Amino acid sequence: MDRHFSRQVLDADESNDRYEGMPRRGSGFLDEPLRRGTTPSATVGPYLAIGLTWADGPDVVPEGTEGAVWLRGRVLDGNGHLVPDAMIETWQADPDGGFDHPDAPQGARRFPGFRGFGRSHTVQPPGEYGIRTLKPGRVPDGKGGLQAPHVDVSLFARGLLDRVVTRIYFGDEAAANAEDDVLQRLPDDAARRTLIARPTADGYLLDFHLQGEDETVFFAL
Amino acid sequence: MTGTTSREPRPPSESALILPHYLREAEERRTPVGYPGYRSTALRAPLRTPVDLPQRLTEVTGPVLGQDRVTAADADLTLRRGGEAQGQRIFVFGRVLDSDGRPVPDALVEVWQANAAGRYRHVGDNWPAPLDPHFDGLGRVITDGLGRYEFTTIKPGAYPWGNHHNAWRPAHIHFSLFGSAFTQRLVTQMYFPGDPLFEQDPIYNSIPASARHRAISTFDLDRTQDNWALAFRWDIVLRGSGQTPFETDDDGDVA
Ligand SMILES: [Fe+3]
Repeated sequence: MDRHFSRQVLDADESNDRYEGMPRRGSGFLDEPLRRGTTPSATVGPYLAIGLTWADGPDVVPEGTEGAVWLRGRVLDGNGHLVPDAMIETWQADPDGGFDHPDAPQGARRFPGFRGFGRSHTVQPPGEYGIRTLKPGRVPDGKGGLQAPHVDVSLFARGLLDRVVTRIYFGDEAAANAEDDVLQRLPDDAARRTLIARPTADGYLLDFHLQGEDETVFFAL
Repeated sequence: MTGTTSREPRPPSESALILPHYLREAEERRTPVGYPGYRSTALRAPLRTPVDLPQRLTEVTGPVLGQDRVTAADADLTLRRGGEAQGQRIFVFGRVLDSDGRPVPDALVEVWQANAAGRYRHVGDNWPAPLDPHFDGLGRVITDGLGRYEFTTIKPGAYPWGNHHNAWRPAHIHFSLFGSAFTQRLVTQMYFPGDPLFEQDPIYNSIPASARHRAISTFDLDRTQDNWALAFRWDIVLRGSGQTPFETDDDGDVA
């Protein structure tokens, strides 16, 4: 219907252009996809331990699990000082490369005794974290290949207004690391080294440097 | 089947490695990691440009943290250690949504806050304001099927923090949220409307001006309870994957 329903309204039609060539105004609410603005992040501040401490935080697997390893390391600031009020969280595949999650291609699959998630404060010993877990399996990279075993890490602290994100890779997986597409896109070996944990007696060791010459590679997600 | 929530399983065969992609908020509406007015960022916020990480399986999945993480008592911060907390009793409630407008059900929400006098129950907080024997400042809930959450607590006090001369944090509650994916993880702070301390607070002002209103709760007279408590509403929006709630899903069924 081109014309206005009522004949008493002169020259009215369906468009509400003010005059020719001037588009209809609006906030975009009617034309754009339904979208809400995300809530801005903020720092955890110095007192995060009140709200974010779990007795079983570091236990991706319970004590006594066969094959369990400790991921350990330090968090250091731009002066090389330990950061004793940080928290790291880890998320990773199980040893078969599976995830207990509905968006995983095999469907949610629970690996017995495995939570996938770990949380460690750096309070005791000061500046150090520790996560007891199983080494992850390899996960498809979506391009027909496999990613090297890796653990996704969120790091939170006073002085960081948003989490920073990095990954832990494993020093004894040289062949897999060499073909890992995320590692390969880093500029050089020095950058790659900041993500590769060194095997130790009870697991693996990797320090996170927030700043400085050895600044850890952090990712934008 | 309609894509009503992000937790619905995808059919395994056809959608192998068709993964959701979580949208990133425009930079001019995201809080930067470091901010010059906030002193602690100087030696801690990384200085190099972050490297883009593709969103793959590890990034689009995340921990499913169940009801075993919370008890019913965790939603009421005013009743701890056998007594009632001092202060202005309030409800803090709202919905956890993603940026597509979908509710985020079964999300763990952890909160922590100062007491009515502005003091935290923490070894590092020793400014001379009283501790409250019946307030520990910790709350936990899981969102319901519509993404709703609610706490009963007391209004936290402002506190000084030494960042600059006469620096006071506006009253705030710390929030930590897990969505259903690693990409959705969020730690933030909720503020109260009209706080006169906003202007001098670098943590509040580190949020780009166009997004600051999203960090402020609204007073909701309809949700106050006569003779009992005031009420503040705060909806929290996590990153969505660009699918609207009414879009058809991969399996071809019509919404
Ligand atoms: Fe605080």
